[in-house]
Amino acid sequence: MNGISEVTSRYLYLYKENIDRISGMSSPYINSFRKGAFERFSAMGIPTKKDEAYKYTNLNIFFDHDYKSYFIPETADFIKAEEFRCDIADLDTLGIVLLNGFYPTINGKLHQLSNGVWIGSLNEAALKFPELIEKHYGKYANSDTDGLVHLNTAMAHDGVFVYVPDGVKLSKPVQVVNLVQSDEDMFSQHRNLIIVEKNAEFSMIICDHALSPNKFLTNAVTEAYVGENAHFDLIRVQNEHNAACKITHTFIHQEKNSVTSSNNMTLHGGLIRNSTYHHLGGEGAETSSYGLFLADKFQHIDNYVSVDHASPKCTSNQLFKGVLDEMATGTFNGRILVRPDAQGTMAYQRNNNILLTDDAKMDTKPQLEIYADDVKCSHGATIGQLDENAMFYLQSRGINKREARLMLMFGFAHEVIQNIKIEPLRERMDNLVMQRLRGELSRCASCMVKCG
Amino acid sequence: MEKDQDKILNDVTSGEYKYGFHSDIETERIQKGLSEDVVRIISAKKNEPEWLLEFRLKSYRHWLTMKMPSWPNLKIPQINYQEIIFYAAPVQRPALNSLDDIDPELKRTFDKLGIPLGEQKHLAGVAVDAVMDSVSVKTTFRETLAEMGIIFCSFSEAVREYPELVRRYMGTVVPYTDNFFASLNSAVFSDGSFCYIPKGVRCPMELSTYFRINAANTGQFERTLLVADEESYVSYLEGCTAPQRDENQLHAAIVEIIAEKNAEVKYSTVQNWYPGDKDGKGGIFNFVTKRGICKGENSRISWTQIETGSAITWKYPSCILRGDNSTGEFYSVAVTNNHQQADTGTKMIHIGKNTKSTIVSKGISAGKGQNSYRGLVKVLKNASNARNYSQCDSLLLGDKCGAHTFPYLEVDNQTAIVEHEATTSKIGEDQIFYCNQRGISTEDAIGLIVNGYAREVINKLPMEFAVEAQKLLQISLEGSVG
Repeated sequence: MNGISEVTSRYLYLYKENIDRISGMSSPYINSFRKGAFERFSAMGIPTKKDEAYKYTNLNIFFDHDYKSYFIPETADFIKAEEFRCDIADLDTLGIVLLNGFYPTINGKLHQLSNGVWIGSLNEAALKFPELIEKHYGKYANSDTDGLVHLNTAMAHDGVFVYVPDGVKLSKPVQVVNLVQSDEDMFSQHRNLIIVEKNAEFSMIICDHALSPNKFLTNAVTEAYVGENAHFDLIRVQNEHNAACKITHTFIHQEKNSVTSSNNMTLHGGLIRNSTYHHLGGEGAETSSYGLFLADKFQHIDNYVSVDHASPKCTSNQLFKGVLDEMATGTFNGRILVRPDAQGTMAYQRNNNILLTDDAKMDTKPQLEIYADDVKCSHGATIGQLDENAMFYLQSRGINKREARLMLMFGFAHEVIQNIKIEPLRERMDNLVMQRLRGELSRCASCMVKCG
Repeated sequence: MEKDQDKILNDVTSGEYKYGFHSDIETERIQKGLSEDVVRIISAKKNEPEWLLEFRLKSYRHWLTMKMPSWPNLKIPQINYQEIIFYAAPVQRPALNSLDDIDPELKRTFDKLGIPLGEQKHLAGVAVDAVMDSVSVKTTFRETLAEMGIIFCSFSEAVREYPELVRRYMGTVVPYTDNFFASLNSAVFSDGSFCYIPKGVRCPMELSTYFRINAANTGQFERTLLVADEESYVSYLEGCTAPQRDENQLHAAIVEIIAEKNAEVKYSTVQNWYPGDKDGKGGIFNFVTKRGICKGENSRISWTQIETGSAITWKYPSCILRGDNSTGEFYSVAVTNNHQQADTGTKMIHIGKNTKSTIVSKGISAGKGQNSYRGLVKVLKNASNARNYSQCDSLLLGDKCGAHTFPYLEVDNQTAIVEHEATTSKIGEDQIFYCNQRGISTEDAIGLIVNGYAREVINKLPMEFAVEAQKLLQISLEGSVG
């Protein structure tokens, strides 16, 4: 490709305009990645449908748009952000709020909990713990197929930093609330780094909310390092309005005998792309990757999962389910790669989808690439409707058609939800999904913008 | 025990390619290289009408604008198209009326390959069109077939004698712009088979094309066109072999099938091109475009393939299910051993209502072989009640080989039911142990298991082919059991 597309040049320009300002605020180590990442982004550009990894997703709707470039937050916003409270009453978490990709200042940017856990702003952490950052930052987020990861590395400046030291088991999950709020259309990028040292246990919930009805584009990268025997669970709840586009790239690197899970719950959003990369880098590591998406209107939901079995005797399990209504479109792209020496691998993958209308569309691409022989791998994908026999069974027992449909769809979705280990959140999700399926969860009820 | 297994596996997979001989037949060739002049020379040599030359030139010019595709999961060495001879034909006497007119060396070649060119072999009950270096040398049983109105002849003959039929159908399923190798073939194809089954006729015997590459430094570019008119039925077989040579040879063919209303076509391939030696030297590059269209209602196309040969295989026999209630099927066993690579699968495009498709793909990888299944199931918006079931299994023998699956499912209709399943595993030690325990040697046990594994596909082949396929599976895997 010799000609750089118009969309891509928009972001090249954005970089050149702002790089000095961004660099001025960041630590030298984070800055040292920017130039290389920018060069790679320039070479790869904004992905198009010609890129295999984005075959079914048209990003231009959101990327080819004039956003107000947004790098320095105004303090006024922070007060509003601090006031934000999660509405799940029983959910006891350590809350963090990110506003437009920045960590608000009010209560100090980096906290230490009694057990030695650090939570706070990545930018602050980079200055305070240079050795930790140098060991982990930019080590896991790397992509040969996705220029957007490099765009993030080139320009991202702040995000959440979590450090869980050896053997510490955090009883409460950390909840990160990503808020986007602006009076103008906005593009933001943030970067999270999570370090879970050996034998530690940690779970994290990331919630995405939009606070104003403008057009938003978010391109976020999360890197997680999970040490030997450590446990890490990541749950993402996405509930934004139809003018919001959320692109997330999550890289989870695992050491020996570690156990992780990732769960993407997508309830609402204009265009959502979740890329999750699991790197099984130590013997006996285990990972589960779940996803559920319910889409209607003109929404487009794209889940991309890559599981890299780089070490022997690892286990992975993927389960992604989708319900598509009205004109919604969905994509699932799952890849299992078993490297030559990864003997004793077990890898499973499943993707089930239900289409509710003739205008809904689903494209799925489950892939296996296997270079070792002592493996047990399987994948399955289905696209269809509710089981007629099950419908008949319920109806023959006096349950009306509408209710029967709801029960079946709820059951379909619950298979993913049941993997959430945090009980109040699991109940809340069940509840939200039920409401969503009943059509009671109107856009206004789920929306943070109280536009009256 | 494990060591023992390795050894046997090794013995089983290192079997020799038994069709690797070369026959000394006088061939007529043109200069190597490709240019517009070469295309004109080929056309002139075949005394082709103007429209066909135009078609070739159009294709050639289009080909020049294209790039070799890089998406397959294959490592393909650079191909220098100026080093290939695009036309080589056994020198023939002007007219071939009886079997005696065939060059005896040629006849011996086909005898050696076990191809019944002589019509005396009536028992075989197969009509054969033998294609050597992409020129059809002999078609048997033509008269018997002609009585029923079936046309079965070489492509060039069809161009001469049935130009209206050829013109009507050629390029309608695989247009000359389709892909890199299809364009190349459309520009330089030398011959191939043509078959037309008229309305309401059930072809009484299996039709078969046998492809043989003989001459060195040549490429083989043949074209098969198969038309099954309303209410007809035909079963078609294709086999291929080539001599053992150190350089790679290119085979880029096109097969087009048209099934009209209520017609049924079964197309079976046993592909056994020379796969290269143990170190991956030589072998055929088999880059083939095969596609069928179920044009009319209730029509049916079924592809069955046993792929054991070729250094690199790149082929996706596909079905376009345009007629309502039409059915497409794809059954495949692909074996890669030593350094062989295969990227094969199918496309099922559901356009009509109540269309059904079935995909069963069995990959077997041994040695350093890399085997990929790549398939597309696409259900268009108006294809209500479409149904697809795909199953892709891979079996791994040895720890240096690879098995990959790349299915694409694109569904645009609510009433469709599309299922895909795939598994990858190695031969279970418990299965081998079970056989050993009952006095079956490890080698036989592996043969048994592999054959059982591939049975679902082999069962779809016509009898004679099934036997051959089973043997071939065993030979291909010779020396790979472990």
